[in-house]
Amino acid sequence: MAFDSFSAFMAMEGHGPYVWSCYAMFFVLMMVMMVWSVRSRKAAIESCRRGYEFQAGKLHGDSIESSSEKSKVAYSAPSAAFERVDVSQD
Amino acid sequence: MWQFFHKLGSPKWFFGISTRFAPWFLTGGMLLLVTGAVWGLAFAPTDYLQGDSYRIIFIHVPTAMLAQSVYIMMASAGVVTLVWRMKLADVFVKAVAPVGLVITFLALFTGAVWGKPTWGTWWIWDARLTSMLILLFLYGGVIALDRAINDEKSAARAVAVLTLVGVVNIPIIKYSVEWWNTLHQPATFKLTEKPSMPAEMWVPLLLSVLGLYLIFGWLACVRMQTEILCREQRSRWVKEFVTTGRV
Amino acid sequence: MNTEAPPEVRLARNRVGVLAAMKGVFARDIKLAFRQRQDLLNPLLFFVMVVTLFPLGVSPEISFLSEAGAGILWVAALLSVLLSLDHLFRHDFDDGTLEQLVLQPQPLFLLILAKTVAHWMLTGLPLVLLTPVLGVMVHLDGNSIGVLCLTLLIGTPVLSLIGAIGAALTLGLRSAGVLLSLLVIPLYIPVLIFGTGTVAAASDGAAVGAYMALMGAFLMLALTLAPFAAAAALRISLSNG
Repeated sequence: MAFDSFSAFMAMEGHGPYVWSCYAMFFVLMMVMMVWSVRSRKAAIESCRRGYEFQAGKLHGDSIESSSEKSKVAYSAPSAAFERVDVSQD
Repeated sequence: MWQFFHKLGSPKWFFGISTRFAPWFLTGGMLLLVTGAVWGLAFAPTDYLQGDSYRIIFIHVPTAMLAQSVYIMMASAGVVTLVWRMKLADVFVKAVAPVGLVITFLALFTGAVWGKPTWGTWWIWDARLTSMLILLFLYGGVIALDRAINDEKSAARAVAVLTLVGVVNIPIIKYSVEWWNTLHQPATFKLTEKPSMPAEMWVPLLLSVLGLYLIFGWLACVRMQTEILCREQRSRWVKEFVTTGRV
Repeated sequence: MNTEAPPEVRLARNRVGVLAAMKGVFARDIKLAFRQRQDLLNPLLFFVMVVTLFPLGVSPEISFLSEAGAGILWVAALLSVLLSLDHLFRHDFDDGTLEQLVLQPQPLFLLILAKTVAHWMLTGLPLVLLTPVLGVMVHLDGNSIGVLCLTLLIGTPVLSLIGAIGAALTLGLRSAGVLLSLLVIPLYIPVLIFGTGTVAAASDGAAVGAYMALMGAFLMLALTLAPFAAAAALRISLSNG
């Protein structure tokens, strides 16, 4: 131990304010940065999860009308192409 | 070797391995940093010239070293981005730039506060302080450019070019002490020489340097994971990770 | 018989040498600039005005001015080069010439070098020519003015070359002007330090050969590396838009 007493440790021969303000700044900023990083990681996971839930809701929970319409659109294109090929072979 | 290189390019592989190693980085870094700081603050002998204010060295030197090496790492990642278009490299640059900014600010702040009892002023326009300030500007420029470009790919490549151009500044920082020869003392650690400090001083310093680097490693892992999650939201493994918690 | 030459031969006939292409780009930029004379004058006016602000704002005393004059002139020159950088690629980007330039068979970095040299001839060189007048106005002695002109002559091309990288990086972005200064000013600082340091050494009566050599080294470094970086940045910016 380089100091005789706790008060000497805090005072640091009069240089205490400088030393302690440096260390305080260092630990506060590091902590803020670490907590912020962890939090934004959690937020990213959360937003991913919400995105998946939203997608899942869209796939299952949609009304029958719109989903059947979608399937019509999806089927119309390939069937048309198929027909045309048929005609040309005749 | 090349297989490892290819693996390194895969965000999924990185995500898995970093989840496994990050906690070790954090605990090891915290342990070393706290040991170094407590040792330096309470047990290291008082410097006969500067008195107790020299104890700031145990955080000033680690932050100053890390601030410079983070920029060099970013520039190396920039080369990888430009040459191999590796996804992880630009994830790294984007994730790490704000950390570099904060660390550089801390180095400047501790340097300024240390300067007050040692030189009698908060700020001296000497070579090292000034080039550290330039480094802060460079980090600011990198972050500003990254935010300004909307397209992810071209933002990454533009930032890579900028860091490569800025890295010319790093040797100027390193050798400015020899060039301008001002008030600031020469670099504390040199690779080729034994440190001139007694062991009770440089061992805690070494511990806190290593600790800060480990904590930086942890921060980089966590922040890169965040960035990867945002970018790879649509891939199957991210969905699996989010729903089951396993990679 | 009117047979057309095979495509390879036609290509070879149309191929323009690298030097000729550079000359073409250079001449085009100069010609365009002289059609828009106001754009040429603006940086010069800005230079004079900034220098005028210092005696008004700080102190008109001869002792202050003769000591700070070299620095003031250097900072003013730096700022007016910075101000003119926006024009370097902007017009060509807006009218699509830049994309044609990128598609040329000649290496892009050489064409950019030609453009940068033209930019320097139009902004840096007039600033150097104007410096003796302003140097007398801020009470620099003859020797210092000479050295100052020399450092600006070596330094302003470096400013243009580094600035070309920044201009290429920020091309087509919103608020490109502020961003450009943010990116470029840190890179300008070493040139500024050595430029003013040389003049300070000269006014102390020291030999300036070593300083000049360092500035020359800066110029060579910028001349060899900056066009590559600017070309890479330009390709990125164009693929972005």
